[in-house]
Amino acid sequence: MTTVLTGTKKVVTGNHAVSYGAMLSRVQVISAYPITPQTQVVELLSELCANGALRAKFIKVESEHSAMAALVGAASTGARTFTATSAHGLALMHEMLHWAAGARLPIVLADINRAMGPPWSVWTDQNDSLAQRDTGWMQLYCESNQEVLDTVIQAYKVAERVLMPAMLVLDAFVLSHTAEQVEIPDQALVDQYLPLYQPLYKLDVNSPRSFGALAPPDVYMELRYKMHQAMEDALEEFARADEEFEKFFGRCYGLIEPYRADDADLILVTSGTVTSTAREVIDELQAEGRKIGLLKVRLFRPFPKELLRQALSGVAKVAVIDRNISFGMGGIFAQEIKSALYNVHQRPSIFGFVAGLGGRDITPAVIREIIDYTENHDEPEDLIWIGVKR
Amino acid sequence: MRNFTLPSTELMVSGHLGCQGCGGALAMRYALKAVGENTVIVIPACCWTIIAGPFPYTSLKVPMLHAAFETAAVAASGVRAALDVQGDTETTVLAWAGDGGTFDIGLQALSGAAERNENIIYICYDNEAYMNTGVQRSGATPFLAWTTTTPEKTPKTEPKKDIMAIMVAHRVPYAATATIAYPDDFIRKVQKAKSIYGTKFLHVLAPCPPGWKAPSELAIKLARLAVQTKVFPLYEVEGGERYTLNEPGREIQAGAPVNEYLKLQGRFSHLTEEEIQAMQTVVNARWEQLRKNAASF
Repeated sequence: MTTVLTGTKKVVTGNHAVSYGAMLSRVQVISAYPITPQTQVVELLSELCANGALRAKFIKVESEHSAMAALVGAASTGARTFTATSAHGLALMHEMLHWAAGARLPIVLADINRAMGPPWSVWTDQNDSLAQRDTGWMQLYCESNQEVLDTVIQAYKVAERVLMPAMLVLDAFVLSHTAEQVEIPDQALVDQYLPLYQPLYKLDVNSPRSFGALAPPDVYMELRYKMHQAMEDALEEFARADEEFEKFFGRCYGLIEPYRADDADLILVTSGTVTSTAREVIDELQAEGRKIGLLKVRLFRPFPKELLRQALSGVAKVAVIDRNISFGMGGIFAQEIKSALYNVHQRPSIFGFVAGLGGRDITPAVIREIIDYTENHDEPEDLIWIGVKR
Repeated sequence: MRNFTLPSTELMVSGHLGCQGCGGALAMRYALKAVGENTVIVIPACCWTIIAGPFPYTSLKVPMLHAAFETAAVAASGVRAALDVQGDTETTVLAWAGDGGTFDIGLQALSGAAERNENIIYICYDNEAYMNTGVQRSGATPFLAWTTTTPEKTPKTEPKKDIMAIMVAHRVPYAATATIAYPDDFIRKVQKAKSIYGTKFLHVLAPCPPGWKAPSELAIKLARLAVQTKVFPLYEVEGGERYTLNEPGREIQAGAPVNEYLKLQGRFSHLTEEEIQAMQTVVNARWEQLRKNAASF
């Protein structure tokens, strides 16, 4: 049973929220390859295509590399395109992620965060998506199934405005396989919010052009400059798209979201589903009279540097939870936040915590441990491993 | 005497960057004459990445998508899907790849597209090595040939991969070989491919004078000799089983010895009499197999 009435509430998993987001965005070409924990996304899309709820061509390719290559072809021909993957699938796409961005194609991809092997793991962490940081893809980390569905739609809105591809990211199992109540927006409203994709240039026999030809050194750098400018523009475009979204659907998320962070002495920074757990802990701590706030980072690329500076520059201490590790350096969100704040005069002490790799639970007790550690130490530390058995 | 008029349409223009005597450039000119202007072409990394011309130029009058090395067939599948979903089922989608992009790095995507029977024409212009990077051996390099990675003291010890057999095993609706020496045959095959729904595969021998160490004025003669010596037989396979040898009028019944073809190319200049004889034996055996395949239908 896959027929879905839009404009209704439905209990769906994170994976199916992705599928409904793609359906409501009226994607025209889908290309994908199965991988746990993503597979349910494309299973539902297959059914939606089969029963006519979605009029799209679904190319069932023989690898994730080909999935992205097919979308490069399709998006270059003017279609709105979608795929979903995880971990090794995303890694296999790596070359084509660069290609999609360099070709300025507004492809949207859902990555279900899964730890990289070996050893094999199907559980969540962020190393798969963060390893794609420099490919030119926008990245949004989602906290709830509603946010997942809404982010698919917002991602197309922004991607097609700035002509850069966008990746929305959700935690394996914690979101992907967990069912929550989700409002399925009304299709007519989505159509108004997100009109058909009309590219300025596409492969067209009536207007033959060459796409992607060899660019000598006298033009290549300008093309890269324009990509960076498009990413800078995307900061404003995301804010605008989020505001417009609120007008249409009554919900918005921000690029970052401070939670009870006014007057805080210590701000905890999170991304993904850890945020939901942290909200509970912050509520408890504030009830105990402790001045601890929370900051959720939703948009990772482009990195909302200015917003982060505003949110964190006056605070004494910042604790960043990273569900990822850049070997030989530390947690990646912590690095990025430190970098964003380095040139600010009143910068906080920043503590970097690595926790929850390979799907290990980040419980309220773990979050309390992180906060207590930060409070009890005067000197900031770049990398503190939480819960490692040594 | 055969009468044949080339289509007058020219969709490839002068100013391209092919080497003198480039078989791949001539192959493109013929293919586009056959397929016509209502075509989108997808070109992965290969000599044609360069021949087509750098930004902001193009030597083709059809829309062209440059694609990653291993993605010709699947990028073409994506173009096809997007055209179809927008209601355009008429425009031809042509994937145009070299031997490296077909026999080696692009084989997985090609196999996937063929298995899905994507409605595209895939043409491999085969110059029998990685010529664009300076003549390194590929899966299409012939037995005992010199390349920069198979130097004369240790020439290639493996036979050329039989890409046609691989594609026929996929039971694609149409697979054919062709060369630049017989434009009538080549153009007829491209036009036939255009008229059939599904994955059509053409394997086109495209001599590379610098890579084969041969004078540029011999490019067409070499392609003709490849056919006449049966080193590169011309044939078609429909539906994965119906073989047709395209021999009439090609003077191949006389069966010129392979050395007529080999001796004009520096890449084979190190061969001994025994080695040449060994190649002749392989060529004869393969020809007999093709004749049997063709005779059974």
